Amino acid sequence: MDQNRNKKIKDELDKHEICLFMKGTPEVPQCGFSLAVANVLKHLEVNFKGINVLEDTDLREGIKEFSNWPTIPQLYIKGEFIGGCDIVKEMFENGDLQKKLQEKQISFQEKTT
Amino acid sequence: MGLKLEEIKSLIKEALPDAEISIQDLAGDDNHYSATIKSKIFSGKSKIEQHKLVYNALKGKMGNELHALALKTMES
Repeated sequence: MDQNRNKKIKDELDKHEICLFMKGTPEVPQCGFSLAVANVLKHLEVNFKGINVLEDTDLREGIKEFSNWPTIPQLYIKGEFIGGCDIVKEMFENGDLQKKLQEKQISFQEKTT
Repeated sequence: MGLKLEEIKSLIKEALPDAEISIQDLAGDDNHYSATIKSKIFSGKSKIEQHKLVYNALKGKMGNELHALALKTMES
């Protein structure tokens, strides 16, 4: 694996507790799957760093190699790869994502509807 | 670009012979699918590992020829 792009990814994961590698930005996602994960994180009111892979081809390919995962978005919590859109949505719905945040000692807001 | 529904099914069957697979072509464009897959091979594995087994079955086509495959995996 390319050392530089590997380092770039590790730096982001070190700097931010929650990283979402996505297409577009949290404000303007460019793909429905990225939008869905960003919405889950917004709903939980956690701070996250959205990293737009469309602005960086190197990162776009690099992150797939890094996690051995072929698709974007990819969610990381304190450096741990959590999953893509399907897994994050499923974990949110069954409460596993909330448990994971608790385990990692990240505060979040569970809105009641 | 794109992948036929039957081709996806047979690639998954090849890797996970016991799998019960249901696939929907969401947009009718051979490129956006949703699949539910049940297999004994998933038992004891994390969701990430389960999805990776499916991606591996697709032999690198995921994210390339195939743009979107929403996955739901479960143990049978």
